[in-house]
Amino acid sequence: MNPPHTLQSYTEMRVLRTTNIRAKPADMRLSLVCGSLHGPLHAARDQVARRGTSATELTTAYLRQLHSAETQLQCFLAVDDEYALRQAALIDSRLAQGEDVGPLAGVPIAVKDNLCTQGLQTTAGSRGLHGFVPTYDATAVARLRAAGAVVLGKTNMDEFGMGSSCENSGYQPTFNPWDTKHVPGGSSGGSAAAVAAKQCIAALGSDTGGSIRQPASFCGVVGVKPTYGRVSRNGLVAYASSLDCVGPIAQSVADAAAVLTVIAGSDLADATCSQKPVEDYTAGLLPLDNLSSKPLAFKRLALIQEACGEGVDAGKSGLRHIVVAGVTAALAGAVRHLQELGAEVEQASDRPATYYVIALSEASSNLSRYDGVRFGQRGAADELKNMYASSRHSGLGSEVQVARRILMGTYALSAGYYDAYYKRAQQVRTLVRREMNMALGRFDALLCPAAPTTAYRVGEKSCDPLSMYKGDLMTVNLNLAGLPAVCLPCGFSGQAAGNALPVGMQLIGRAFGEADLLKLAHIYEQTSGVVTILPSVFIESASAKHD
Amino acid sequence: MTYYSMGMQVVRCCSRAGVPGPCTRQWAVQLRSLAATGACRRASSGTCTAALRNVAAAASAAGVATDGASISSSSSSTSTQPAAKVDYEAVIGIETHVQLSTKTKAFCSCASEFGAEPNSNICPVCLGHPGTLPVLNADVVRKGVLAGLALDATICLSSKFDRKQYFYPDLPKGYQISQYDVPLCEGGWVEVVVPDSGAGTSVRRIGITRAHLEEDAGKLVHGGAASLSGSDYSLVDFNRAGVPLLEIVSEPDLRTGAEAAAYGAEMRRIMRFLGVSDGNMAEGSMRCDVNISVRPRGRAAFGTKVEIKNMNSFNAMQRAIEFEIVRQVDALEGGREGEVVQETRLWDEGRQCTYSMRKKEGLADYRYFPEPDLPELTLTEAYVQELRASMPELPRQLRERLLGLGLSQYDVLVLSDDAEVAAYFDAVLAAGAPAKPAANWVMGDVMAHCKEVRLGWEQLAARMAPAALAEMISLIEDGTISGKIGKDVLPALLAGEGGAGGGSVRALVEARGLVQISDPAALAAIVDGVLAANSKQLQAYREGKTKLQGFFVGAVMKESKGRANPKELNRILMQRLAAPPS
Repeated sequence: MNPPHTLQSYTEMRVLRTTNIRAKPADMRLSLVCGSLHGPLHAARDQVARRGTSATELTTAYLRQLHSAETQLQCFLAVDDEYALRQAALIDSRLAQGEDVGPLAGVPIAVKDNLCTQGLQTTAGSRGLHGFVPTYDATAVARLRAAGAVVLGKTNMDEFGMGSSCENSGYQPTFNPWDTKHVPGGSSGGSAAAVAAKQCIAALGSDTGGSIRQPASFCGVVGVKPTYGRVSRNGLVAYASSLDCVGPIAQSVADAAAVLTVIAGSDLADATCSQKPVEDYTAGLLPLDNLSSKPLAFKRLALIQEACGEGVDAGKSGLRHIVVAGVTAALAGAVRHLQELGAEVEQASDRPATYYVIALSEASSNLSRYDGVRFGQRGAADELKNMYASSRHSGLGSEVQVARRILMGTYALSAGYYDAYYKRAQQVRTLVRREMNMALGRFDALLCPAAPTTAYRVGEKSCDPLSMYKGDLMTVNLNLAGLPAVCLPCGFSGQAAGNALPVGMQLIGRAFGEADLLKLAHIYEQTSGVVTILPSVFIESASAKHD
Repeated sequence: MTYYSMGMQVVRCCSRAGVPGPCTRQWAVQLRSLAATGACRRASSGTCTAALRNVAAAASAAGVATDGASISSSSSSTSTQPAAKVDYEAVIGIETHVQLSTKTKAFCSCASEFGAEPNSNICPVCLGHPGTLPVLNADVVRKGVLAGLALDATICLSSKFDRKQYFYPDLPKGYQISQYDVPLCEGGWVEVVVPDSGAGTSVRRIGITRAHLEEDAGKLVHGGAASLSGSDYSLVDFNRAGVPLLEIVSEPDLRTGAEAAAYGAEMRRIMRFLGVSDGNMAEGSMRCDVNISVRPRGRAAFGTKVEIKNMNSFNAMQRAIEFEIVRQVDALEGGREGEVVQETRLWDEGRQCTYSMRKKEGLADYRYFPEPDLPELTLTEAYVQELRASMPELPRQLRERLLGLGLSQYDVLVLSDDAEVAAYFDAVLAAGAPAKPAANWVMGDVMAHCKEVRLGWEQLAARMAPAALAEMISLIEDGTISGKIGKDVLPALLAGEGGAGGGSVRALVEARGLVQISDPAALAAIVDGVLAANSKQLQAYREGKTKLQGFFVGAVMKESKGRANPKELNRILMQRLAAPPS
């Protein structure tokens, strides 16, 4: 048994360290009382498994919260209440017959709209795919269903994942539940906002250049971008095939770990999916009272200096000037806390990426299939070329992001430019990968913000694509290197009453080192006292449901 | 009726995809003007006739038709004075697309059979639905490596796939998965036996540049007309989309249409012997694109290259090349160099000419880049060695072996043309028949029978066991029956009455009383009887009318009901005729 002062000492630390962290010890005590891991997913599935509540009751409650918050947030592109309730009823009847329904029995989950769901419209946020109903489930979705999860609906996103604010959806913007005048981030903004607003217990997102981590940071939730090849891409509407990853967004590290455990693993339908066996990522996560006083002793971490504006040469990469003070401060607080937990934190260096050349080249190719011939919307025209032009013009790039990116990618792959752009970018990618792996040879994890700012205002950057691209610089190198990362809340920026916005910390681990990474994140989460409770009306309805 | 049902299929395929929209109708509108824009415009009939006339003229003057080794200008052909002729030669390279006969497609598990109901062998992967990923079929690699080994190519232990990008309605993903800069097979050669202008043959080695794996596209079906031009609408059948192809690129080593046809035939033979493709040109499972230019003999630089497509037999390929050589030489001779431009021309089988399909304006930019959905294709040396060890006998090796048996070049070419024929022939040899008579029987009456009743050689073997034919041949060889009786017995064998050989044919022959009479005493008795019964003719013979020998042979044969051993009969007859009666 651990000494009884453990919790006390962490509470003291919390008080010492920061004033802008919202602590809610009651929540923590709750998880201790339950004796299980922290997070509504664990609570819910334990309750369902113990028959304390039914999957139907749970689903009904979440659907109620979903619809009540939806008018203000617009997180969902498709919700099928009836289908969700049918799934829940099926799980209840199986439970009643004593069947083992699976590790996510009755857990209501949302799915980003670029993951195919059989029988449920999948548009990837594009008008061009309006009306497209897949004939199959993406592997990650199929695994969730097989584990007993209930899919509530499809979440909004920047069209085809191209954007970082959810303002580039072909259908609607999504708003940040912390402050609806702000964006939720993107492209998995719908998933992150829905989890933050408790419209679902967890959600699936996808991350090509930060699309899970940045919205998780903006919305104060936990997002995991797994190692490339850890989760099958089968059924994921491709943006950039060599960078795309499917991962969970949840309210706690333990919840995210539980979802990842279910969706990860080899898949015959994806040749780039790893054959490595999957661990139970929740197995190494200890409840708070089981932690020693220095749980991170002998851990070596490195802060990527360019990403924090602290490095002498930071100006070289152009990052220094874009990281705002509130983010730097929150991260510095997190570093101090990690040091208090026993970790050594040093500084490391990163190089600017060539991400966009690769991402957009692959995207230009992946989006060729939206030609109006076999599915989705077909433009009216009397001639083949015009039909292509009309279908693609009206279907894709109703938001300029898509058209712009297709053009840039096409250009980079064109004869005479290939060597200068695509090939060179691949060479730099090899260097990035080598350097990050070298750094991870010396350190257990690297850390940096998941975004240089907190959630910005709606419309603030939509006319300034370059600054939006710059915002991705915190996250894209990781995708080039294929490494895993966890983004979790590490504090708040802005102290004026009611408008504090969450700051996310990104922990980067070794390839296929998700288990260690999640352990680290879990220890930080359980001890930091950073508790993300929504300041708005969403609290009431959410807590009402939990009672 | 056909189009209607195909239209229904396209709609079905769309509804599978969950598309509410009316695919077919809009589709109908959109391709109509593709034809109208002149993307595929035929040459005027005037051009065609003119070129045809030139073929005739040049062929008669310079002997283009068969060997074509030397083509002189046709303009001087009608002239009586021998003006200074420029001697031209053609430079020809061939790209062969071989459909690999795997059970399923290259990157999904749909059946890859030919001739199925339109859009019945499709799935989200081969339709390029959002989110789908290709997974490489191992049998595609196996067959590709086998073919590469047969072409004596280097198998690249590490190759990769790339995307070749262009838009066309039959290409579901907007790109074709192919291999660009690192193909599966590099270098290699194929031995080609070319019939020359006389009765002989010559053997040439044609270099193979590379062979790579890729996927086939779907098929457009044009409605309202026989071809794209004039059609009202077009439908797409995606059954073929994703069927594996091996594209084999030859060096520009070929010089004549006959060589090209022989190259194509040998390529098909190799693929069939390996069992990696059925090589059926009519069904499109083997397609040849010809690149051809002409240049004055002795010049190193190539002329302007023209691509010819749409030939559905090797014979057509030969004729298309011969037409094109004459067209190009004629243009150059006539000072109309502008008529030879870099373009794609189609062969019109009906009118026996090529016509321009599209002009190439510079190189098409396919924006190749490595396929990120497929990892590098890595093979081990052990895998390649295992396949090498499992290789069946190749046509070239078979030819060498058959020549070694003492068969003529002609026999060898006929027997080795088809793996099934060769297998049957080998089985006959294995059952003990000597090579030459076995070859004669297989290539003669047996082959004629198979052609006449359209019988495959495997079916034939089920009816007439090779051992039965071998037994019959041995009965002829040992004098049990005559060759003539052999021919009479054959229909019974072909009808399956000969059993499995090894005695069953002898039993049949005996049961029918067809065993040859070789016993000298028995034959002598018949001969004596005949001579006695025809004393007048005997006397005439002895008086010098030796032509009557045939009369006696005939009479003896008749008397023996055809069973007399002809050789023995002759010996005894001559003996009796020479000796005065005792």
